[in-house]
Amino acid sequence: MEETQKRGFNPEKIKVILATDCGSTTSKARFFKKLGNEYRFVASGEAPTTVEAPFEDVTLGVKNAVREVEELIRHKMLAPEGIVCRTGMENEGVDLYVTTSSAGGGLQMMVAGVVKSMTAESAQRAALGAGAIVMDVIAVDDGRKLHEKIDRIRYLRPDMILVAGGTDGGTISHVVEISELIDAADPKPRLGAGFQLPIVYAGNKYAQKHIQETLAKKFALRIVDNIRPLLELENSEPARDAIHELFMEHVMSHAPGYDKLMKWTPAPIMPTPAAEGRMFRVIAETYKANVIGVGLGGATTNVYSVYEGKFVRTVSANLGMSYSICNVLKEAGVKNIMRWVPFDLDEVEVRNRLRNKMIRPTTIPQTIDDLVVEHATAREALRLGFAHHKLLARPLRGIQRARTIADIFEQRTFEETYIDMLKINWLAGTGGLLSHAPRRAQAALMLIDGFQPEGITKLAQDSVFMMPHLGVLSTVHPKAAIEIFEKDCLVRIGTCIAPKGTGKEGEEALKINIKMPDGSVIEERVKFGSIKKVPLKETETAEITIEPARNLDVGSGPGHNRDAVIEGGVVGIIIDARGRPLILPTDDEERKQKLVEWFRALEAYPEKLYELCER
Amino acid sequence: MMSSQAYTPGLKRKAATMVQKTRKLPIPGSMLVKKGMVVKAGDVLARTFIPGKVHVVNVAGLLGIDVWDTSKHMLKKEVEKVEEKEPIAMTKSFFGVFKKYVYAPATGIIERISDLTGQVILREPPVPIEVDAYIPGKIVEVIPKEGAVVEAPAAFIQGIFGVGGERKGEIKMTAESPDEALTADKILPVHNGKILVGGSLVDLAALQRAAAVGVKGIVVGGVEDGDLSRFLGYEIGVAITGHEDIPLTLIITEGFGKMRMSEKTFALLKEFDGRVASISGATQIRAGVLRPEIIIPRPELEEKEIAERGEEKEFVKHGLVPGTPIRVIREPYFGALGVVVSLPVQLQWIETESEVRVLEAELEDGRHVVIPRANVEIIEE
Repeated sequence: MEETQKRGFNPEKIKVILATDCGSTTSKARFFKKLGNEYRFVASGEAPTTVEAPFEDVTLGVKNAVREVEELIRHKMLAPEGIVCRTGMENEGVDLYVTTSSAGGGLQMMVAGVVKSMTAESAQRAALGAGAIVMDVIAVDDGRKLHEKIDRIRYLRPDMILVAGGTDGGTISHVVEISELIDAADPKPRLGAGFQLPIVYAGNKYAQKHIQETLAKKFALRIVDNIRPLLELENSEPARDAIHELFMEHVMSHAPGYDKLMKWTPAPIMPTPAAEGRMFRVIAETYKANVIGVGLGGATTNVYSVYEGKFVRTVSANLGMSYSICNVLKEAGVKNIMRWVPFDLDEVEVRNRLRNKMIRPTTIPQTIDDLVVEHATAREALRLGFAHHKLLARPLRGIQRARTIADIFEQRTFEETYIDMLKINWLAGTGGLLSHAPRRAQAALMLIDGFQPEGITKLAQDSVFMMPHLGVLSTVHPKAAIEIFEKDCLVRIGTCIAPKGTGKEGEEALKINIKMPDGSVIEERVKFGSIKKVPLKETETAEITIEPARNLDVGSGPGHNRDAVIEGGVVGIIIDARGRPLILPTDDEERKQKLVEWFRALEAYPEKLYELCER
Repeated sequence: MMSSQAYTPGLKRKAATMVQKTRKLPIPGSMLVKKGMVVKAGDVLARTFIPGKVHVVNVAGLLGIDVWDTSKHMLKKEVEKVEEKEPIAMTKSFFGVFKKYVYAPATGIIERISDLTGQVILREPPVPIEVDAYIPGKIVEVIPKEGAVVEAPAAFIQGIFGVGGERKGEIKMTAESPDEALTADKILPVHNGKILVGGSLVDLAALQRAAAVGVKGIVVGGVEDGDLSRFLGYEIGVAITGHEDIPLTLIITEGFGKMRMSEKTFALLKEFDGRVASISGATQIRAGVLRPEIIIPRPELEEKEIAERGEEKEFVKHGLVPGTPIRVIREPYFGALGVVVSLPVQLQWIETESEVRVLEAELEDGRHVVIPRANVEIIEE
């Protein structure tokens, strides 16, 4: 609210809102309106992004996307000079326009720190949290020779550099050494040749004077509070804020057309992942829950976790479903993709199909087998993206700590992530492929197979891809953002119940008593290796008691019962007794049969797929 | 009218057009040409110098002195020039009896002496970076400090995907028809320096044979993904290419797998058999889309002919309309040619159960099919 007042407009008077996201491939416009007493989503439009040659003006793509909305709802919003303000006519103008951007590759940063697993890792988390793609992490102990580091810094041409290093009062020579390397490399910014490259310094405060002397002449240097003032404390907020300010002042202002776009909107342009992350934090705060979120895009996969109050975002810069789809093929391997395909398909054919999707990324699957191949690839992108996330979502390094009895029993080390899947309450996804999946059960299965939730987890997804739009809107009009988010954005898919542990195929894994909203009680016995769906509508809740087998854990310890009240969704309750970790049968025929069984159980695909599998 | 822009505009294939290429330095530099000048393909248009390689010398460590005393022991000061193996720092011990030196690892200048880290940074002389014209033509615009725009009448053909950078060579047809594959036995020693045009496919053996005989480029309909990976020695992850370290440039015009080259592309290349072309495999598939290209300079062209032959047909300007010739670019009709019969305004269900904008088309074999608009491209044949 403060933000809006600062900009001199009254949130109460805002009736018509336009939000856009300039993505790497597509610019997406979303139109919101106050209907009665609440804000609702009305229409959307999309068009190719035009930040690169031959257009080199981001506003063209934005206008094309907005024009689609104009045509759909017959509400005029465009004028030659930009977005029209409301004129008083019912179908003309907007009261508020906001936008996010990841066009032209998003915010590309390099981070540097002294110790790779300590300050450099904190800097990496801060840059990622700010919505950046981290191109490389340079550290004194990263194993590379000095000249190799210099060559690398020079070659990268990032949009911005974040330098951290040393605790306040600790040694200063190492962080100065890093700054000397950057000065010697003299990297040039990616956009706006001839402009000074922005650098944020968030290291030992006693080194600030030396950093100033080393870097201030050649670079646009911003000095902020130390990211690791003490070993046991990570303070990333000041660095994150500085990154956002410099993103607007230095990076965006040099990207083609952004000077115009910045004048159209009263709010700062946010990097898309920062806005998306903001909405996952809204879920965590609103429902006081541990949340894992994923944005599966065309170019990148962003994974977010809000776990016991800690927010971490990671981006797998080259795992995406359109023009970086072949990086999923490369990283996961064709066999891992094909394990999710329930029919016979030649490996060469799969490779060529994915390559053809890469070179013509705007095409869509027309046949059921093509759709299944894309979904198989998506599962692997999600799996890899989450594996990457867990490497950064881990306890702070460099601190002495006592191991608890629980740590010893679980043989847990501090190398591992602190995310305990049994404690995750929400798993939510966004991005074109998930949002456009023809049946919600498909999105549910992709999320479950990619992330393997344990215990009781609510599943949700973004209805038509508007989380970034709402994220940036929430910075100026939180009320509108939250209302739209609840009513039109967040689709509750259902609740997944999945015991942790493995068992013998066919043996009983768990028994669930479900007290349905009408008072009836259903008893479900689910065998190990299977998955089952129990319908429970979006607005309904049910009381359940789960009795897992001796070695299986649903959150109360192996073999212990758990009572809970769970929510329904468009799919309902999904009881996943396939085991954690989920292991697919090694025998090819058995694997295909199992996939068909699982798909059928959730009614995930049309009958045509099963006919194809039987051929 | 609620028109959808959801179609692929198709690749450019023009026998006569005015090609403009913007040639830019990666960082600002100085211009060597002026507007109106006529240039050859290899002429340098602009030049700049990137700062030379940097050497970090741990002077304090090598001399065994305290880091804060580093500058006191330097024989050379900041910005001073040094020759390779020249002493740059020295320490004396035992009342000056023993002297210990640190020598310059390369010729350059002393850029920084740090009394905080004990390190000295030495920078080698700047390295020149140049940008050439790439095609023979006329300079029509000079972009101060960055580069220039070269214009030339030419035939211009875009591929769908390529690897390898800019190269020049004579076009040589190796196929009689667009569905013939380019195999190793068709590649002869006389093809050294040539750009070979095949039909539907090039396999690994042919790629290796072409590299061995010194072929400059290959233009074909398709390639198997596995063969390309084996030829490159690695798998391409993201579709940003053009910098591969390979001896030839490969351009595929249709897609991955065995793909009959489009009639028009094949006919155009055949028309210019024996002519010199500039090619580039650089591909970047993102907003803006950079596709590989084959440019065949045609200085003999009259302006009138360029205007007549280069003019875009109505359907290219206006997108899809009934009667527009199209090609399907995804399964199940991948590669099929046809014409648009109708463009229903309402979204329609397709086999996947997605509700999408579609078109009804009549394929060459007479079949009437419904295809998502996103899965076709317009062709100008």
